[in-house]
Amino acid sequence: MLLKRTPDIASSEITDERLYVKRREFMRIAATAAVGAAAAPLFACSDEAVGASAPGLASPDGLFGAPNLPLSGYKEKAVTVDEKLNTVDQITGYNNFYEFGLEKDDPKRYSGNLKTSPWTIKIDGLCNKPADYQIDDLIKPIQLEERIYRLRCVEAWSMVIPWIGVPLSKIIERAEPTGKATFVQFTTVLRPSQMPGQRDSILEWPYVEGLRMDEAKHPLTILAVGLYGKTLLPQNGAPIRLVVPWKYGFKSIKSIVRIRFVDKQPDTSWVLQNPDWYGFYSNVNPNVNPVRWDQSRERRIGTFLPRPTQMFNGYADQVASMYTGLDLRRNF
Amino acid sequence: MQKAAKVSVFLLCLTPFVWLVTRTLTGRLGINPVEDLELTTGIWSLRFLVLTLAITPVRRVTGWNRLIRYRRMLGLFTFFYACAHFAVYVGVDQYFAFALILKDVVKRPFITMGFTAFVLMIPLALTSTTGWIRRLGKRWQLLHRLIYICGVCASIHYLWKVKVMIGSPVYYAVTVALLLGFRLLWQLRSSKLLKPQRVTA
Repeated sequence: MLLKRTPDIASSEITDERLYVKRREFMRIAATAAVGAAAAPLFACSDEAVGASAPGLASPDGLFGAPNLPLSGYKEKAVTVDEKLNTVDQITGYNNFYEFGLEKDDPKRYSGNLKTSPWTIKIDGLCNKPADYQIDDLIKPIQLEERIYRLRCVEAWSMVIPWIGVPLSKIIERAEPTGKATFVQFTTVLRPSQMPGQRDSILEWPYVEGLRMDEAKHPLTILAVGLYGKTLLPQNGAPIRLVVPWKYGFKSIKSIVRIRFVDKQPDTSWVLQNPDWYGFYSNVNPNVNPVRWDQSRERRIGTFLPRPTQMFNGYADQVASMYTGLDLRRNF
Repeated sequence: MQKAAKVSVFLLCLTPFVWLVTRTLTGRLGINPVEDLELTTGIWSLRFLVLTLAITPVRRVTGWNRLIRYRRMLGLFTFFYACAHFAVYVGVDQYFAFALILKDVVKRPFITMGFTAFVLMIPLALTSTTGWIRRLGKRWQLLHRLIYICGVCASIHYLWKVKVMIGSPVYYAVTVALLLGFRLLWQLRSSKLLKPQRVTA
């Protein structure tokens, strides 16, 4: 459905949003709307527009492909922790996303050119129903849930983030993986023209990650499309990313374009980079320190004193049973 | 005139510290303030180390000998920022958990490197006074060659700190290597020049 309406946006109305969406990103969106290709209310900043942003009004660009749009109809606090949330500024301003540079503020500064709509995700490999999905077609049939998770970076800092997403298991079910499929591999988009970090040989691009099938199907594992009630910003892995809360942050691969079912443990970017420091599992473990950082403690962003790191990042009750009999010192 | 120049350089060297204190007191540090303090003090210590090491090569190449007057000050600022860096690590990052700090120094190679560089700077700072220079005579120069080791350790400390060896840590390591390499070449060249001189003498 087309709503031909030029966006009537007074500059005074933009101010609030400018903290969140960079100006050039805003300009891009405004330009899209101006040619009449998009549903203007989705991108406008007035209250009226927020009300009109139900999924049914999605533009050709789709809902989930556009950054920073309000999401509605999600199940609030489907999973939560009794800890203080990190702020939007912290979550969107302090990121490791080497596709945009090595510094923590690089992703926020240099991700504005990433075009996240249209966005296609290829699901293939050992499954009965391989397909290329537009992101909206992939996500819309599934009930969105808010999942408030701890995120523990391998660099010994952590945050608490209110993600919005869908259980990965639902998507896996739809693809009907065959009995041979024992692992799932994920691939990040490869776009050096829009991702300046990919022009340097920081890692082997594109970024790849993987999970064992039982880890991928675990109820805590989600594909996130939003946080704090809005669709993701590029620095957080827009438009769709993995979140595996009991593993170090780098396992939660961002800006996914491919999900592939395989029968062998797949290559993962950090293991390729340095197999002595990084393992395939990369479960949060205070007792194993393969990397030079001491993993026994962490600093929660926004607090001063270091705190002890919990086994499986505090999710041991839910996930430890998957690893019984596995030597976690060797399989770090 | 000369005094005014020295005071200006001194104030210039102090500026990054004043700016950092200002940012700290006005709450304008980064989203991870501890990391910001640690990185800023560390990088400035390394920058001053590079400047200190650059004095001799620049003098030799340009013949601008007056630069030597600033070497002690630059060296002491290297130590000053290293102290700030160490203090942030001990007091803010680790919050005086000395058992863990000791474990860090022994078990984590990049900390071992940084700690070594810092410890080796202490005798250099202590013997930087005119009195000590006179008292130690020729041995002073020998002792102060320790700064070469500090340069190597500090560069490795930075290189090993990052997850991917690319960008800034590599540039600093290369710069330090060039500055030390220059000395080696100079030494070789002058010893070659000396020999024929002896023959003709």
